[in-house]
Amino acid sequence: MAVVLDVAVRLAVIVAAFLVLPLIAGQAEHKVMAHMQARLGPMRAGGFHGWAQLIADGVKFAQKEEVVPAAADRRVFALAPAVALIPYLVVLVVVPVGPGLVGVDLDAGLFFVLAVMGIGVLGSIMAGWASGNKYSVLGGIRSAAQLVSYELPLVLAASSVAMAAGTLSLPGIVEAWRWWWLPWQAIGAVVFFTAGLAELRRPPFDMPIAESEIIMGPMTEYTGMRFALFMLAEYAGIIVLSALTTVLFLGGWHGPLLPGPVWTLLKVAALVFVVIWVRVSYPRLREDQLQRLAWVGLVPLALVQLALTGIVRVLAG
Amino acid sequence: MSLGYLGSYAAVLALFVVGVAIVAGALFANRMLRPTRPTPDKLATYECGVDPVGEGWAQSQVRYYVFTYLYVIFAVDAVFLFPWATVFAAPGFGMTTLVEMFVFLGFIALGILYGWRKRVLTWA
Repeated sequence: MAVVLDVAVRLAVIVAAFLVLPLIAGQAEHKVMAHMQARLGPMRAGGFHGWAQLIADGVKFAQKEEVVPAAADRRVFALAPAVALIPYLVVLVVVPVGPGLVGVDLDAGLFFVLAVMGIGVLGSIMAGWASGNKYSVLGGIRSAAQLVSYELPLVLAASSVAMAAGTLSLPGIVEAWRWWWLPWQAIGAVVFFTAGLAELRRPPFDMPIAESEIIMGPMTEYTGMRFALFMLAEYAGIIVLSALTTVLFLGGWHGPLLPGPVWTLLKVAALVFVVIWVRVSYPRLREDQLQRLAWVGLVPLALVQLALTGIVRVLAG
Repeated sequence: MSLGYLGSYAAVLALFVVGVAIVAGALFANRMLRPTRPTPDKLATYECGVDPVGEGWAQSQVRYYVFTYLYVIFAVDAVFLFPWATVFAAPGFGMTTLVEMFVFLGFIALGILYGWRKRVLTWA
């Protein structure tokens, strides 16, 4: 009974984090973008720094009429936001924030994470196809192409860490982490983070939702709560990607002075800031540039990292 | 904490069920709060704001399909990389597994070279 209670508390904390952290990330994006690009809109609602914007958005989404186009494939259309969102919640179960502070320590944790994260993209492919809208179909196909191209560098970079640590358990990887892994796994870290951004379809890899040419891609026909779920999925994805990069490449809870969980959260917050910063700074990649970056840039780099990891690990004992 | 092998996956399943409940709850709350007044104009596909012309599922040219093949092959290979990664530096393996790794890397590099020679990445 004590074990069940223990797990229930852990899961409750994970669900709370899943519901709160993406909102904080979304709010941070509003404000950081507003400052970096001198946008006035996000700074108005409620007075001081537009603090009420998040609440206003929530109220609007919750009571907005839902319109499912007559031409849409209703069932798939209705299911897509759930498929996009739930995987990111499930992934959080294996992400450790401190020594012993993890939902469950799966011995195939890293593998589990990569397998489940890939499902999220299916949501946007389903949405694109089910909308019965030419631009949405295009967006869905672009999502698929992007998943196919960036999954390989993501998996290769992640397996480099597994080689270095000799385990697939995420707490085990953080346990094995030493500071000199930072330079040793630096290439892998950059590849992983970049490929992860592309999987989330975040700018500059937002060709699938490029609003100036295909409106909003797969999300064009969505309104109200289902659209809000897609937005939540995007920010939950940012949190998951930042947390994974922290755990795999930045040493998770390792750090001087402050307690472990604080270090994990600080590193995640810093990476979320980088995600927003990249969005503000870089123009969108064209579709062929996007593919070229994956196959000519990231995959070879990931292979170099694998070779480097293997040689250092075997020769250094 | 000792959940055992199946026990830990039961916890994962429990979290999945909670996720389904969150989505269902949000949609149910939305259903209670929102108005529903459909009109034919509202139910038309939005597309870009102009009345849609023709079918929604338009034909389009799928590019990069050669890389999709490459991906399928290499992703399957990469799956086997994970169990290998946990043992490759164990005593008694060392050099053998390292050579194996370079064979694997060589195959992927060859695949990319093939795609590049086929000019798959140039926009035609």
